[in-house]
Amino acid sequence: MNVLLDNFPEFRDGFIGTVSITAVSSVIALVLGVVIAGFRVSPVPPLRYFGTTWVTLMRNTPLTLLFLIFFFVVPEILFPGMSPFVLGSLALGFYTSSFVCEAVRSGINTVPLGQAEAARSIGMTFAQTLRIVVLPQATRTVIAPLSSIFIALTKNSAIAGAFSVAELFGWQKLMSDKGYDIVPVFIWVALGYLVVTFTISGLFRLLERRMEVAR
Amino acid sequence: MSASVLYDAPGPKAVVRNRLYAVIGTLAIAALIGVSLLRLAEKGHLAPEMWDIFNYAGIRQNIADALVATLKAFGLAAVGSLVLGVLLAVGRLSDHKPVRWVATTFIELFRSLPLLITIYAIWVGFLTDYSMWALAAGLSIYNGCVQAEVLRAGVNAVPRGQSEAAYALGMRKTQVMVTVLMPQAVRSMLPTIISQLVVTLKDTSLGFIILYPELLQTARLIASNTLVNEQYPYVSTITVIGTIYIALCLLLSSLATWIEKRGRRAKTGIAVAPAVQAPGTIDATAGTFGIPGPDAGGAGGAGTGADGAGGGGVTQN
Repeated sequence: MNVLLDNFPEFRDGFIGTVSITAVSSVIALVLGVVIAGFRVSPVPPLRYFGTTWVTLMRNTPLTLLFLIFFFVVPEILFPGMSPFVLGSLALGFYTSSFVCEAVRSGINTVPLGQAEAARSIGMTFAQTLRIVVLPQATRTVIAPLSSIFIALTKNSAIAGAFSVAELFGWQKLMSDKGYDIVPVFIWVALGYLVVTFTISGLFRLLERRMEVAR
Repeated sequence: MSASVLYDAPGPKAVVRNRLYAVIGTLAIAALIGVSLLRLAEKGHLAPEMWDIFNYAGIRQNIADALVATLKAFGLAAVGSLVLGVLLAVGRLSDHKPVRWVATTFIELFRSLPLLITIYAIWVGFLTDYSMWALAAGLSIYNGCVQAEVLRAGVNAVPRGQSEAAYALGMRKTQVMVTVLMPQAVRSMLPTIISQLVVTLKDTSLGFIILYPELLQTARLIASNTLVNEQYPYVSTITVIGTIYIALCLLLSSLATWIEKRGRRAKTGIAVAPAVQAPGTIDATAGTFGIPGPDAGGAGGAGTGADGAGGGGVTQN
């Protein structure tokens, strides 16, 4: 208990850090993932190849290596002096985007072809088919996998702590450097992460219930 | 190209338009790569001297040692996670409430914590001088929990009649589990199990945080200790080490996909799980392994959740 009370400001900063890097990289992953999924199902071959390569590379690269790339290679290409928070969010977002892409793609694939054909045969335009028939069903099936992807993202954000982003793992490291017993530190950090992941899964369950479609 | 839900087979106009997009897309991607390479070359990262360091026997030896260290940690973690996975899966399926309760709590707790937190706590708290064992233990605990859920989903996917028949033949509970349920669970879940091993392999790179001299840690050491042209050769080192990692993971991933394809041909009545790599968590209760409709053949995706009753999502044929 003392560990937490004595170091509460640092813990609070760490918790806020975890929440904010999770939020920022979730947005990056979602946007990028949907765009890449769009590439992968597009009728344009080069874009499809690009999407496939992206997913294959990102899924078979350790996230830690990706962090190394973002902290040591990307600043050389863009401009030096980017903040660890930005670089960390980008690394996490890029890594997670490949999983989001696959979830979205399989979500689109679960919509039976007949549905689109039926929509066309009653004279719906492409936009209408997409908006009224395909996307609502695809979204519904994507929510469950997305939930576990974002929970995984929260857990993966711990790696950012090792790259000098202020978050909960950083706090764990700091406390053990200060000589506190690891067990209570571990318990508090664990509780911090559990709060975030439970919130995410709760939100998604709510979303899932609201977007239910009979199939 | 096969038909898609999203668009019709293209007519003449659409074909022209698609070709136009193809050209623009190729140019855009090529420009992106070109500019990146140009920028790196400007900063001198593509100079031959930067890459020449890999001709030194010392550095080659370092990388070889690191590869061995990575594979060692991976081997230990693979065995550890599979053993723990079987134990936890059996525990979760046990008829005894306390056993079930303990196994469930263990799985839920360690599955929902960041692996890095666990590894670090084990290292600092218990195995400070044995970073390899700390890494292997952390990986085994986390991945064991995931493998347990995979196996449990596999056991649940075995048609109920099989265990009923086994009991009717007079088999004991253990016999039913060992001779009837587990082999089929492993068989049907093999692609997912191997995909999770890919995750395990990738996660050995967390060893660098506890100073275990595996590939990533070695890459960092090489890059920060070698000064070439007054610069640290991060780009070349990361490229080389990254290639090794990706090659290793791709090898394992393609094994998973191959087994999945082979399994789909077999007619056992138990669907083979897709070789899907979990982003870190597998939510077996939400039916992550639900096999989607027939249209989703190649999707190999994250399942639907709508049809995953009992976590199995079995398609009988």
